[in-house]
Amino acid sequence: MAMLTPAETRRRVDASLRRRYRSEWLFRLYGLVSVLMGVGFLLVLFATIIGNGYGAFRQVFIQLEVQFDPAVLDPEGTRQQDTLASADYSQLVKTSLRTLFPDAEDRTSRRELNALVSSGGAFKLQKMLLADPTLLGQTRNVWLPADDEVNVFVKGRAPAVSAGSGDEGRRLSDRQIAWIQTLESSGKLEQRFNTIFFTAGDSREPELAGIWGATKGSFFMLFVTLFLAFPLGVAAAIYLEEFAPRNWLVDVIEVNINNLAAVPSIVFGLLGLAVFINFFGMPRSAPLVGGLVLTLMTLPVIIIASRAAIKSVPPSVREAALGVGASPMQMVFHHVLPLALPGMMTGAIIGMARALGESAPLLMIGMVAFVVEPPGGPMSPSTALPVQIYLWADSPERAFVERTSAAIMVLLAFLLVMNAAAVWLRSRFERRW
Amino acid sequence: MLLMDKEPGFVPMRERGEPKGGAGEPAGKALAIADAAETDRISPETVGDITSKNAVIKVRGGNVHYGDTHALRNISLDVGRNEVVALIGPSGCGKSTFIRCLNRMNDTIESARVTGDFRLDGTDIYARDTDVVLLRARVGMVFQKPNPFPKSIYENVAYGPRIHGLASNRAELDDIVYGSLERAGLVNEVKDRLDEPGTGLSGGQQQRLCIARTIAVNPEVILMDEPCSALDPIATARIEDLIDELAQKYAIAIVTHSMQQAARVSNRTAYFHLGRLVEVGPTDKIFTNPSHKLTEDYVTGRFG
Repeated sequence: MAMLTPAETRRRVDASLRRRYRSEWLFRLYGLVSVLMGVGFLLVLFATIIGNGYGAFRQVFIQLEVQFDPAVLDPEGTRQQDTLASADYSQLVKTSLRTLFPDAEDRTSRRELNALVSSGGAFKLQKMLLADPTLLGQTRNVWLPADDEVNVFVKGRAPAVSAGSGDEGRRLSDRQIAWIQTLESSGKLEQRFNTIFFTAGDSREPELAGIWGATKGSFFMLFVTLFLAFPLGVAAAIYLEEFAPRNWLVDVIEVNINNLAAVPSIVFGLLGLAVFINFFGMPRSAPLVGGLVLTLMTLPVIIIASRAAIKSVPPSVREAALGVGASPMQMVFHHVLPLALPGMMTGAIIGMARALGESAPLLMIGMVAFVVEPPGGPMSPSTALPVQIYLWADSPERAFVERTSAAIMVLLAFLLVMNAAAVWLRSRFERRW
Repeated sequence: MLLMDKEPGFVPMRERGEPKGGAGEPAGKALAIADAAETDRISPETVGDITSKNAVIKVRGGNVHYGDTHALRNISLDVGRNEVVALIGPSGCGKSTFIRCLNRMNDTIESARVTGDFRLDGTDIYARDTDVVLLRARVGMVFQKPNPFPKSIYENVAYGPRIHGLASNRAELDDIVYGSLERAGLVNEVKDRLDEPGTGLSGGQQQRLCIARTIAVNPEVILMDEPCSALDPIATARIEDLIDELAQKYAIAIVTHSMQQAARVSNRTAYFHLGRLVEVGPTDKIFTNPSHKLTEDYVTGRFG
């Protein structure tokens, strides 16, 4: 091979340098563009969800002067608890609405007038009276939740916001709009913080629907999942990494664990349906079964993360432990596990976050049911947050649109908290020496 | 070639799915590529006196296979009480493999197979009923790279006595920890910061901490696998002084790449070449008047 002259070498290096810098610059540009696009999409997503959903945190209330009329509630004067409980409270609402707006005389306009107040108003009056029976015969100013269409209209989300337009999609008549405007100008209609959304279970009426039931269901499920998947996953990872012999059986198990992590989650739902419900006869729609299914789904993720954490413990620490005469068990529990734990916990929390957002397997085990009552425990029927979002997104009422987005915001907030917990746990337990 | 022993000195716990011939098989690769003619030059018989007065460790006909490669061939060697035996030889010659047989650290390599007669005080190290934990308490080890636990200085030294139940109360444990740090020549430097992490010390201090950790268990034999290869000359000198002192009490086998170090610290020197023990003898003799041609070539720097 002929030697290059120094000048020729320099020239060739120069030429190649320019090429290298150019491709480096291009690569950086690609990276920057993809990051910006990602951030952009995220911002659009957040803007849409928050823009749609923030309204759900406010709720329209109407102030009515309600007379707890004994003639309506307790015509026989028995004062029995169950008579009072089963009385027709909606009649009270109707009466006070009619005294407020005497111009509603025919049946249609009366029905339209009554539609302004949510059917939940009657329940509220019933609760008030049962809590304090001395109210009977008295008159009180009560704030009652407005109907969902009134909510939509007042928040300015209805297609026809002004009276008189002939839009097909309108749900309120001109008369109703006039009444609402009268109420608004006399200060008898206002928006308040929506406590119902955070304390109620599901409902067919959007203004009465809340996420508490679904949140409790999700909580019970994650509880079951965490307490099964974390110990099982960590134990499996330790065994496979530290104690399992190297043979074809263990290889098969390892390959299968890695494959399980990639199995579509709905398959786990089918498995849960077949095994837990059909074979073991566990109740449908129960968070316990949901938790078991999510355990199956999360287990491979935790095992893989834990094995990676164990693998990353430097071998010198193991040798040091064995060198002073620690048994393999002592080596694992005194030295390897403390060093691997932050990684394991991060893996577990990421697995749990995935489980929290999972809806497909829950559809298969009946957690998609319409459940009004928040569950009392892991055995009572329940939904979960993502399933609740799915249910609401499927509902025709317009007011469910903002509730769907609001529920997504709550779910995202939970995920954010869980990821923050992962970061915190990591820095808390990570030894920096 | 011949570089496996120079790799930062650990043998992984298991061959975690790596292809064969990784760091887990120190001597294997070198042997495989070794020139057959050169192998023939090594006489199968070891030159010199392999025995020792007061032998604690007695090895006769020791062989190690890593999978298909024959890493140690028919080694016989004694290590006596109050004696420092230096193991020298080119990389990949099997010296680390040999001392790892003495506390069965090779057990952690799945492909390793050890045959032959290895005895500690007359009892068979590889007998079925030998307890590895007890063996490692009796035969301590100091590794090439300082590897203190990621715990406090105190905990580093106290760990061994604690798991073996050597101290019945806190005061006794304190005594063991102080005594070990003292004998390791570290106590003056660390006595005010025993709660600080052991990994925060300098490299030389860490290695002395590891020695303190080893002698805290009160072993009979100390194996040292190139203990100074990661240290500067001053730290090395301190460790060498320490080895001199430790030799009053323990039997020591030390693997080293530095012939000066072997000459300074050891009473006897064993020269390994390509898995065989070529020559053993008093250190003076090996370095001034070796009997075997290979030994002479090595100690005079003609190869290796």
